[in-house]
Amino acid sequence: MTRLQDTLWVDEIAPGSKVGRSSKRYSIPSRVNLYRIPWLHALLESRWPQFLVRALTLIGFVFTITTALFGSRVGSHNFAIIMVWIAWWTTLKLGFIPFGGRSWCSICPIPLPGDWLQNGGILVKSERKRGLNLRWPKSLRGSWLQSSGFLLIGLFSAVTLTDPHVTGWVLLALFTLAIGMSLVFEHRAFCSYICPIGGFSGIYAKSAPVEVRVVDKEICAKHGDKSCYQACPWGLYPLAMKDSSACGLCMECLRACPKDNLALNLRPYGSDLGRPPTSSRLDESWLALIMLGSALAFSAVFTGPWGWLKSSAFEIGSQAWLAYAAGFLVLNVLFLPALFTLCVWSWKKISHNSSPLRRLIVSQAQGLLPLGLMAWIAFTISFAFPKLNLVLGVLNDPFGWGWHLLNAASSSNSLDVSGFSPYLQVALLLVGVFWSASVTRKLTGSDGTHNSFPNIPVLAFYLVYSIVMVWLLVG
Amino acid sequence: MKDQNLQPQNSIRGWHWAILAALVLVVLLVPIPAGATAPTERTLHIEASRFEYNPAILKVNPGDKVTIELVATDVVHGLSIDGYNLEAIADPGKTARITFIANRQGSFRFHCTTTCGNLHPFMIGKLEVGRNTWLLRAIGLVGMALFAGAWKGRK
Repeated sequence: MTRLQDTLWVDEIAPGSKVGRSSKRYSIPSRVNLYRIPWLHALLESRWPQFLVRALTLIGFVFTITTALFGSRVGSHNFAIIMVWIAWWTTLKLGFIPFGGRSWCSICPIPLPGDWLQNGGILVKSERKRGLNLRWPKSLRGSWLQSSGFLLIGLFSAVTLTDPHVTGWVLLALFTLAIGMSLVFEHRAFCSYICPIGGFSGIYAKSAPVEVRVVDKEICAKHGDKSCYQACPWGLYPLAMKDSSACGLCMECLRACPKDNLALNLRPYGSDLGRPPTSSRLDESWLALIMLGSALAFSAVFTGPWGWLKSSAFEIGSQAWLAYAAGFLVLNVLFLPALFTLCVWSWKKISHNSSPLRRLIVSQAQGLLPLGLMAWIAFTISFAFPKLNLVLGVLNDPFGWGWHLLNAASSSNSLDVSGFSPYLQVALLLVGVFWSASVTRKLTGSDGTHNSFPNIPVLAFYLVYSIVMVWLLVG
Repeated sequence: MKDQNLQPQNSIRGWHWAILAALVLVVLLVPIPAGATAPTERTLHIEASRFEYNPAILKVNPGDKVTIELVATDVVHGLSIDGYNLEAIADPGKTARITFIANRQGSFRFHCTTTCGNLHPFMIGKLEVGRNTWLLRAIGLVGMALFAGAWKGRK
């Protein structure tokens, strides 16, 4: 964890004491500090550009809810369904996450009104904070609730992704919950602990090429005000950040630091991966396995030829749906976690590893992230690309009321992407499996083993998963 | 001194990757038997109901002259096959036919082309023309990527 209240050792840092090695300013190896680029510095330093983008996304969000609730009931002709589940969902997985980690969180409209209420102002915080500002219960910390939220989406996905009313109510519920939680709890409790998309983006942000980090740890440790922590709406303390999973890239710490000691770094892909874990918490490992299982399940339901499976996922409350729900939960909550645990346990036995199994699971689960991210992107090629032509139709007629705003003809046909999609999907999965195997091999030896025996059981897990995924997508 | 020590190691590493690249080319280019018999004429009868084709997986041989008879059992449904630029639309209770030569080998999805309900965009079937050689090659490549990743990550 990277929150100040969770980082006991931070309290023990005395002014003037040394924390780590003092690195030379602005020359962190393999990093390019984008904040040093003058035009980008100016763009990030002012709150206005970000505010304008967030205001636009907020307007778009409210409009989306309106079209969901009052527009056409036919999903493929409804602005909300197409813009949320085809356009935005694709952009998130193919753009924001792989190139910017949690960058979507920096412009997400959902917590915006809550931020304003909490701060008592729009651009500048007022002295008087509103709301109860309670701490989030310690027992509910971590990504357990986000994982559960994602499972819930998966259980009802066939309806949520195709029924405009359901999409509208889900968006409205998330919006209301975010506002309500901002009035009860401090910081962005909704984003940190509830939002399933936050969990999804956060876990894969570890492999992304962007990070906010302290430039010189010594300067930071000596600084008594901790203005970065005071400014962070997420309640993070940058000096204590071990990875990028919790940072929403809002840039408030960069703006607040009087020492100009924070950097927005461009870094090599996967910089947070392949390192021994700093805790033995299983929540992120579980989330990583759920993401892996969900990509598999969604590929089967939405891109497979099995109509009975689609109908089962769609007919909520029926016996067929109960069977689907049981299968989905067993796959994600029991089968994959049990199989992965068995693989790690086997390796522990084979390599005579002295580390506790729990710690090994947390460590080895890092290898699941590249494969999971690439599996999601590969699935999206099949899921969303054939439907991208529907975007023009709903921009032309957002409510399905017969408007012709763009004078464009609408189509309900799927685009033929067979010329490139099977090759692109396989290429993406190859990148994922190569990357995951590399991370797993890197971790071998750093987990308490005295030999460098390759983790064959976990590598076999990747192999089987990838083959199933390839079969689902191009078979 | 340091550079001299590194040079042979780098060249060995270079050879490893060159061998891997050669193996990748072999997996991509090695001829795989199509596993097909002589082309023939086939008529395939498909029932389309909401979000489902029955049968949903069609298997033909390369070169077959295929006629698809599409029957819509509830509402209007369509059928368009990726890679073949064909479309049939069937009214409820009626049969629509398309005939084509299955001259492209591999696995192709077909979709409903007429909005038929919420899951219409996901009403999908599959046409398999001969052996799906890309799937076999892809599985081979996955194995090689796994090995290469493990090789690269070693200490």
